[in-house]
Amino acid sequence: MKILVPVKRVVDYNVKVRVKSDGSGVELANVKMSMNPFDEIAVEEALRLKEAGKATEVIAVSIGPAQASETLRTALAMGADRGILVKVDGVVEPLAVAKILKGVVGEEAPGLVILGKQAIDDDCNQTGQMLAALLGWPQGTFASKVVVEDGGVAVTREIDGGLQTVKLNGPAIVTTDLRLNEPRYASLPNIMKAKKKPIAEKTPADYGVDVAPRLTVLSTAEPAGRKAGVKVGSVAELVAKLKDEAGVI
Amino acid sequence: MQVYTPPLRDMRFVLHELHGSAELSTLKGLEEVTPDLIDAVLEEAGKFVTEVLAPLNQSGDLEGCTYENGVVRTPKGFKEAYKAFCEGGWNGIACDPQYGGQGLPASLNKLVEEMLCSGNLAFGICPGLTHGAYEALKNHASQELKDRFLPKMVDGVWSGSMCLTEPQCGTDLGLVRTKAEPQADGSYKVTGNKIFISAGEHDMAENIIHLVLARMPDAPKGIKGISLFLVPKFLPREDGSVGPRNGVTCTGIEHKMGIHGSSTCQMSFDEATGWLVGEPHKGMRAMFSMMNSERLSVGTQGLGLGEAAYQAAVVYAKERLQGRSLTGAKHPDKPADPIIVHPDVRRTLMTMRAYNEGCRALAGWVARALDLMEHADDPQERQRAEDFTALMTPIVKALFTDLGFEATSMGMQVYGGHGYIRDHGMEQYVRDARIAMIYEGTNGVQALDLVGRKLPAHMGRYLRSFFHPVLNYMDAKLDDENLGPLITPLSKAFGALQLATAHIAEKGLKDPEEAGAAATQYLRLFGMVALGYMWVRMAEVAHEKRVSNPDDAAFYEAKIATARFFMEKLLPDVAALWGSIKAGKASMMALDEAMF
Repeated sequence: MKILVPVKRVVDYNVKVRVKSDGSGVELANVKMSMNPFDEIAVEEALRLKEAGKATEVIAVSIGPAQASETLRTALAMGADRGILVKVDGVVEPLAVAKILKGVVGEEAPGLVILGKQAIDDDCNQTGQMLAALLGWPQGTFASKVVVEDGGVAVTREIDGGLQTVKLNGPAIVTTDLRLNEPRYASLPNIMKAKKKPIAEKTPADYGVDVAPRLTVLSTAEPAGRKAGVKVGSVAELVAKLKDEAGVI
Repeated sequence: MQVYTPPLRDMRFVLHELHGSAELSTLKGLEEVTPDLIDAVLEEAGKFVTEVLAPLNQSGDLEGCTYENGVVRTPKGFKEAYKAFCEGGWNGIACDPQYGGQGLPASLNKLVEEMLCSGNLAFGICPGLTHGAYEALKNHASQELKDRFLPKMVDGVWSGSMCLTEPQCGTDLGLVRTKAEPQADGSYKVTGNKIFISAGEHDMAENIIHLVLARMPDAPKGIKGISLFLVPKFLPREDGSVGPRNGVTCTGIEHKMGIHGSSTCQMSFDEATGWLVGEPHKGMRAMFSMMNSERLSVGTQGLGLGEAAYQAAVVYAKERLQGRSLTGAKHPDKPADPIIVHPDVRRTLMTMRAYNEGCRALAGWVARALDLMEHADDPQERQRAEDFTALMTPIVKALFTDLGFEATSMGMQVYGGHGYIRDHGMEQYVRDARIAMIYEGTNGVQALDLVGRKLPAHMGRYLRSFFHPVLNYMDAKLDDENLGPLITPLSKAFGALQLATAHIAEKGLKDPEEAGAAATQYLRLFGMVALGYMWVRMAEVAHEKRVSNPDDAAFYEAKIATARFFMEKLLPDVAALWGSIKAGKASMMALDEAMF
């Protein structure tokens, strides 16, 4: 079984994101970029399945600018076998990504696609679900445990109020939650080996996908600063404020 | 607060833009070391240091190593971190692939080392010593010993130590008393006591390979009768597994000012089985290949801590609200301005920054020479690189550790009282940095090495490896519109260096005490000129790149401004140094011993 792992190049999670002065988006010039942390978890899970003999090949795919090949190299250095770079400059919305991935799935015929549940740049949390719908495949989202069994996969999902385990018949889509695993550090020998692993270059046109945005961003703004708090004199006053002012109870 | 982020942008600047990393992949054996590989390695090393090692820095300092019945325990988390470090292949980063290393160049390894030192100096000491022991064995041991010991030392399953010092014998190794009795099977029985042995005993590795200086029964007196022996903690079996315990025990660890996470051991050798490394009575030669590599690494420790202290100081200077700017409030919305508005805080931060970035650039130049020494085709080029490394080793060791200590102290100063208390971790940097000026040959000994050995060697040939490129550069750039204003102070400082060199050569020849009296200040003067040269070169690159790479203009503008700061505010120190050197030894040596 092949496993396909889409990886996205995003602003590094340590970077304090700044909104551009004209409000057209966030500042990306000279900002450190890395692999989306949820995608790292997806790569790790795929590698563990391969190491356990449940998968034969791990293919990383990234959709983005030429520099996204660095993100693919990171996946290869962790241990993925080869990469596919679908080159797109500018914004790619989840639906376009899902359509491209559908095309990649058509070519590669993986038994499992493991995605991060969301990317930390726009936090859309849509691509995995859209891909499942486009392919007509079962989906196990927000996975905190993945067990590959005969002909399918059992996915334990993190849901409000607890855990839910779903059994999917393969091929299937899994999206990763934070607690699924702890991604490994790439070892030095693997970083050097990654250099020699192949990365195939593609374009959206190869999959017949039009990536033109369907959504319009009206404005981007910093969250409002935190306002000063107030001291309350009694529990009754607190409850009253929560009821009347905050409207939370 | 210890907030270290690896300065990857500046590291890439030094490696790719200043010293031209493209050259590396043209060298034999380094074909694969392309810029993209270098960046991937730096990135991952930075991640490992930040996420695994740095979080153990303060806890390791607080807990320290503990000793009980011959067993040394490293602080919580060190063992696991060491395992992850070795599994990641970082222990053998610069070692020969023949023994399982990664064969990466010093130019890259020195930057990884710097990150390690910034993130967790105490942790880095053990792998550092293993690497030193590896160098000595690789260059001097028999093939049989190499095959038996090096692969496990490269992958870190076994670590190394250097056993030189004895209670009566520190700098003067001719006083070594430890004995080595030859045995019928070609091995030796080593007996004696060693002190101050870093990583001599710990719980991170399966076996510890001690390199021990000792004396054979027929040895000539003094330094010419010292031999080097390999003495393992456990004797290895034929199949490579660890066998019986050898006659070497740790009898205690020192309670010391800093590097608490690194054990400093008293070692007792009692008829311990060992094997000769290199030739009989030529142990110092073998030890020096270990020490030269270690001295450069100790210099890196100074730089690493200076960088960590700088970053922490910047965060605090921007955060701490006290007083108002002398020219009126800069942040009227706040109860006070952040202290970074004050000129004296700026002076402190700029000094730290100019030293750190200057030292990183100079370290990059020396590291390139190390790579050329090892990999260049042309024997003349190899020779030049070797001359340059020999000349610069004492300078890197002493200058970087002096400046590193000064930087940690300045970092504490920015924090005021909050730097002196333990919580923010600033006083740990000061304590950890202090040892680097002492071990691997005190900085005074480095200065003597520079004036006593390196200057006169081959009729001043080593000096030419520095003087010629600097002179040629100054000639070429004197009329450069951007660089001219920086060349003037550099050539003035260089003039002082030439005069001081001539002074030492002339006076020192008649009276060696004159050379000794000038040594420390001469080393500093030399180092400042070397940093000045690096700063002008950096400014040159920055002027070009500011135009060709406008997206990163802010980085290059900062380089240019820092270069100017170094040339205007720090380099003038050389005039005072030369003035003092010129005055000679008379007032230093005037008092009779009894008058002290």
